Amino acid sequence: MNAIKFLFAAYIATWVIHGVYLGSLVRRFSQLRRELKEVGKK
Amino acid sequence: MRKTFTILSVITAVLLAYALYQALVVAPTDAQQGEVYRIIYYHVPSAWTAFLLFFINFIASIQYLVSRKPSTQAAAKWVVLAIGVAGVVACFLPAVQRLIPAGMRPSAVATTVLLIPIFYFVIGWLFPGDRLDVLAVTTAEVGVVFCTIVLITGPIWARPVWGIWWAPGDIRLTSTLVLWLIYVSYLVLRRFSNSAQTQMLAAALAVFGALDVPLVYFSIWFFRTQHPQPVIGGGGSMDPRMLRTLLDSWIAFLFFAFLVCWSRFRLELLHREVEEAHAMESLAGEGVAAKASLPLNRSPR
Amino acid sequence: MTGPIESPTNSLWAVTLATLVKDIRLEWRSKDALNSMLFFSLLVVVIFSFSFDPLAEESRHIVGGLIWVAFLFAAVVALNQTWARELRNQVLDAYRVSPAPANALFLAKALGNFIFVSVLEALMTPLFVIFYNLRVLGPAWQLIPVAVLGTWALVVNGTFFAAMSVRTRSRELMLPLLLFPISIPAVLGMVAATTSILTGEESAHFWIVLLLTYDVVFTTACLALFGMILHAE
Repeated sequence: MNAIKFLFAAYIATWVIHGVYLGSLVRRFSQLRRELKEVGKK
Repeated sequence: MRKTFTILSVITAVLLAYALYQALVVAPTDAQQGEVYRIIYYHVPSAWTAFLLFFINFIASIQYLVSRKPSTQAAAKWVVLAIGVAGVVACFLPAVQRLIPAGMRPSAVATTVLLIPIFYFVIGWLFPGDRLDVLAVTTAEVGVVFCTIVLITGPIWARPVWGIWWAPGDIRLTSTLVLWLIYVSYLVLRRFSNSAQTQMLAAALAVFGALDVPLVYFSIWFFRTQHPQPVIGGGGSMDPRMLRTLLDSWIAFLFFAFLVCWSRFRLELLHREVEEAHAMESLAGEGVAAKASLPLNRSPR
Repeated sequence: MTGPIESPTNSLWAVTLATLVKDIRLEWRSKDALNSMLFFSLLVVVIFSFSFDPLAEESRHIVGGLIWVAFLFAAVVALNQTWARELRNQVLDAYRVSPAPANALFLAKALGNFIFVSVLEALMTPLFVIFYNLRVLGPAWQLIPVAVLGTWALVVNGTFFAAMSVRTRSRELMLPLLLFPISIPAVLGMVAATTSILTGEESAHFWIVLLLTYDVVFTTACLALFGMILHAE
């Protein structure tokens, strides 16, 4: 039974890592779009 | 573009869900390891995906380096073609066949070798000029993400099954660790370098890394023969249903990796656009230029 | 430095030698770096002798690893100031403009570092022998090719990556960060070979061949790509 915990830990860890990375992509996208708008205004 | 992305995302989600269902429900229980072995359906496809991405990075880096001079570019094309032809022919020579590890068919090795020129020309055609570098940074970053997953799921799998988190002589996990270290250092170099030639330095590092990989593999392989260690991940043949699930899982992750790479690619293009805008602004130098922020300040990504 | 009618090999070695001699002379005159490096090496050996019990019977098994880790740290400190002098006096720009081959500069730097690190190793080794009461049970002469090949492996890549790090932020940190991952097979080889020779339990033959292969592969790669690094920016 204990072993199943490891199985779920692995699956969850995988998606957490993917989620964090995708989150960082989204954040960087919005940051850059904001910057582009600011430069465009000048 | 948007629509294709959305459609692909839906398809990918479906594939991933189906793969998960197969991994947890459809695939049979392993005789020795019980249910825990199912980690393999995330661990192995992530590894294959990471290696594929790093391979693409290597090809893109080489092309970027040789594209500096037309003479080297032409020479490289011939070399790559020669590698393809020689590799395929060699696989059918008895002397070479003896070197091929047991369990691998010569035709499989030949097909793998053929991938080198195929990838080279396809990548060169799809990503001209500077886009090679964008591809390089994309595949490196996404590759590191998948590689991290391999290194985390590996020990999580090893602990309940073999009682240990890590075995330094485990050739696959240790080689993967070194590959991860090399590519993390690649990403750090790109982040910390403020030279106009960062891209070329990074490409050189990628080439060094690729040269290193076979040496890493052989050194650990020999180390293991001197210090026998448990083989994490096991060898041997697989139940065909398990193999089928593994491949389905890999296809799902490949779709996913493609989408992530596409996003990262677009992000990098946007980043370069912003940098160019900053540079243009500094060149145009309007009245308030003196008070404007230094455009050469590279914004953190 | 040499006329254009000289043969390419002649001029490469002539420039290399001249640059190398100049570096050694400069280093010898200032002696700053040399003295602090020597003291650093002594400190490392002493710290290790406190951290890892030298009297244990198993010490012979781990000393190989300890020695090479110590050499690795000493090498990094030495490599970090490889290009410092050149940067200070804009020598690199002068070199880029001159007709001298880029490889000559690289070889001179690498050889200079090799000599420097070898001197450090030669000084640290007797200290290790004393602190750890070392006796070599295997073929001791094999330690020479291991030391030469291993040191060259660290130095050739180290000189190359030092040049790459020169234009990065945190350049002292950048060098080991780039060097260590790539050096892993070489370090494994050096340590395993040294341990085999010290304990006499196994043959170091494979490891020496591995180190030789590593050296050939990466020396070629460094020579092929250094010109590009020099002319960057």
